[in-house]
Amino acid sequence: MKAAVIVFPASNCDRDAKVALEEMTGQSPHMVWHQETQLPEVDLVVLPGGFSYGDYLRCGAMASQSKIMREVKTHADKGGAVLGICNGFQVLTESHLLPGALMRNAGLKFVCKPVALTVEESQSAFTRGYENGQTVTFPVAHGEGNYVADDETLDRLEGEGRVVFRYQANPNGSARDIAGILSEKRNVLGLMPHPERVVEAALGGTDGRALFKSLIETLS
Amino acid sequence: MIEITPTIVAEHGLSPDEYERIKTLLGRSPNIVELGVFSVMWSEHCSYKSTRAHLRKLPTKAPWVIQGPGENAGVIDIGDGDACIFKMESHNHPSFIEPYQGAATGVGGIMRDVFTMGARPVAMMNALRFGEPSHPKTRHLVAGVVSGIGGYGNCMGVPTVGGEVNFHKSYNGNILVNAMCVGLARQDKIFLSAAKGAGNPVVYFGSKTGRDGIHGATMASAEFDDASEEKRPTVQVGDPFAEKLLLEATLELMATDAIIAIQDMGAAGLTSSSAEMGDKGGSGIELNLDMVPQREANMTAYEMLLSESQERMLAVLKPGREAQAEAIFRKWELDFAVIGITTDTNRLVIKHKGEVAADMPITALSDAAPVYERPYKVREPVRGEPAYDKSCSVLASLEKILAAPDMASRRWIWEQYDHSVMNDTRQAPGGDAAVVRVHGTKKALAITTDVTPRYCKADPFEGGKQAVAEACRNLNAVGATPLAATDNLNFGNPQKPEIMGEIVAGIDGIGEACRALDFPIVSGNCSLYNETNGEGILPTPAIGGVGLLKDSTRMATIAFKREGDVVILIGETRGHLGQSIYLREIEDKEEGAAPPVDLAAEKKHGAFVRGLIEQGRVDTCHDLSDGGLLVAIAEMALPKGIGACVGQASIAEALPFWFGEDQARYLIAAPFAEAEKIVAEARAAVIPVAELGKTGGADIVIDSKDRIAVAKLRAAHEGWFPDFMKAEL
Repeated sequence: MKAAVIVFPASNCDRDAKVALEEMTGQSPHMVWHQETQLPEVDLVVLPGGFSYGDYLRCGAMASQSKIMREVKTHADKGGAVLGICNGFQVLTESHLLPGALMRNAGLKFVCKPVALTVEESQSAFTRGYENGQTVTFPVAHGEGNYVADDETLDRLEGEGRVVFRYQANPNGSARDIAGILSEKRNVLGLMPHPERVVEAALGGTDGRALFKSLIETLS
Repeated sequence: MIEITPTIVAEHGLSPDEYERIKTLLGRSPNIVELGVFSVMWSEHCSYKSTRAHLRKLPTKAPWVIQGPGENAGVIDIGDGDACIFKMESHNHPSFIEPYQGAATGVGGIMRDVFTMGARPVAMMNALRFGEPSHPKTRHLVAGVVSGIGGYGNCMGVPTVGGEVNFHKSYNGNILVNAMCVGLARQDKIFLSAAKGAGNPVVYFGSKTGRDGIHGATMASAEFDDASEEKRPTVQVGDPFAEKLLLEATLELMATDAIIAIQDMGAAGLTSSSAEMGDKGGSGIELNLDMVPQREANMTAYEMLLSESQERMLAVLKPGREAQAEAIFRKWELDFAVIGITTDTNRLVIKHKGEVAADMPITALSDAAPVYERPYKVREPVRGEPAYDKSCSVLASLEKILAAPDMASRRWIWEQYDHSVMNDTRQAPGGDAAVVRVHGTKKALAITTDVTPRYCKADPFEGGKQAVAEACRNLNAVGATPLAATDNLNFGNPQKPEIMGEIVAGIDGIGEACRALDFPIVSGNCSLYNETNGEGILPTPAIGGVGLLKDSTRMATIAFKREGDVVILIGETRGHLGQSIYLREIEDKEEGAAPPVDLAAEKKHGAFVRGLIEQGRVDTCHDLSDGGLLVAIAEMALPKGIGACVGQASIAEALPFWFGEDQARYLIAAPFAEAEKIVAEARAAVIPVAELGKTGGADIVIDSKDRIAVAKLRAAHEGWFPDFMKAEL
């Protein structure tokens, strides 16, 4: 599986994504600067966590207008896999690659802690290595992860099996405890928790490995 | 030009004597721009004029010290060509006036100190002191400081991995916000600030210069009064996005060989960075202010020189490398300008709009800054063993202590900090020391911040020793070898002999402990004048300690991990209740002598415990400090909900045994067979050792009769902070 990690000026989980991909795939991903106008030939594009352009206004809003995002959209339109983690998820909703929006946490504070998630949907390129109903623990680290969408959208996401991860104890007020969702074509996943921070037992767990393994099995 | 009157001199925080000295050094009267420059360079904050004579007594050298005090941060050798660069610095005065921005820019400033030297910051710590919880401003200040630290550090993508928090009425009008940054570099890529050689371009990069923060350093060098909140415009505003760009761009420039010297613009901005670079390099510097990127129109030379706008750097490049550097800063969309040149005149010459706005010998700003041997009076330490009420219940007291403001869980705070970004955090907040792996290796750094201000108040000398000893203990307790420390000396007004006495005795105590424990001070910061309306803070010399684990797979954490482990106490228990948390929280008494610190015992016990962890024989360890033995046992039981049955040893009286704060002690837990060997080895080494009982069950049981559920203790321990802060939002 060939992967690219998009680097916005204030991405700060780009190295973490790179290290996790190296650990899981045995090869280094392409690190693609936000001002690039072309994506290398890859199977997976990762939008990492961080603060993209400072995110003083709406998180991910400026990043969604960056040059490289046009290419990411084209990649997604062609059915290419895109994984947006944390700020990456925010960029995906701002880019309309995923529905809904991520608002300020209901508690109005940044929250960093491990959270238990239920795998709601193992029928995807990202989650086939998990069982439906399985509990996994990933850390969250965000101030704006409160997922909102209108009821019709939420019903549709649930009806189409596009809610992939749900919080067992909602840390941010997200509608229907949603932690991660798929696009209509199921090739784009956005989630607030960080699977790339749980690929090594010494750092608090290995529950994220199956997500990368699923992608490798599907895309290689 | 404005005429210099005695009033203007006084408004610049300069004494009449100091003004006369400036005139002598210049051979004429200064103009207003020069007066402004002298006022910041000679401020307590920049010149250390009250403490310098005493700071010289601190040990700063060891074979593993690469760079001691005097640069932006200290540098130590951690093997394999790697260096650890670190420093702690205060942002107390701005944080009281504007807590969010004050704390945020404190974090930004200390990060710049570390990456200016070539290091990528890998961990942040913070030592915070607030007023009593019932004070009307305390919640607001806690909320603002914590979100300011998080807002800046989280955006930077550097994990904030720990720290300490105290509440005490002496901080009601002067909170303390001490931030520590730890970075990693290769030993052959360390950057210093000496601007050697003439004719080299001086370049400015980062954010634009505005009018913010003018005279911040002078503000930090005076006592507060009720009008201080009117000083809000002197608090700078942080922009972590700009700092993140500055970090990446600076490290990218450092990967080339274009830099001769580099210095961040902190307190007193352009002035102190250029003067310090010229001073250390033995050269002169000529700046043209017209070239400085400016955020506001019509700024005067005075304003530009004294601005403390954040996220700015100054560097001296090799000639001809300007374009290469500029390309890097353009990529990161930062301002870049050549604003001057180094000279061989040893003078700092400032040009503005075609005129010379200031012309001063650089040594007049630095070396000739006054150094005061301020008169001091070291108070007699508080002595005596206070009486206590023997009828108090041990377990009811334990529950109350675990929910006390100084002892309750700090989860409410550290869950607002990203502590796992960078994917190397081996121990997050909540243990004795944070542990952060050196990326791509098995090695790890252990980091802690420590001081017990109430001990320092009762006995500044023993308190200074204790701060260092506890820092070492926290590092030993995770299995790290203590290597070096940074100190952040927070005190009141040094012009009062009794406060100066606290400073002198505190530094002496720190020095004695650092020498005994091979733990040199490699960087630091002083924050004086922490007084409001004449009332000083508790003396608070915070120590930031760094240690090394050669193999981070062999590490201890505080959590009990198995049922049936033997709980072993290392170190002597005499039941010292003076200045204890127990007395303060249960009997409302701040009395008695501070616990004496036996540095030989600290060294011996620390090495013994660390050895067990390094050998992979012990994975559960906790140092004993605030609250004493039973509090430590409870803290070990809480993480995994594994209780313990323990009994008294060595002394007969229950309360002093369980809650005394004798020093040089550790608790470890190990399976029976291993425990037997450990006890035998300790006895053979003449180290006091006692088997207190075994882990297991869901309760803490003492002397086989009294019990309390760990779940009940957890509710008390976790509940206080969120309950307290609920009223804020």
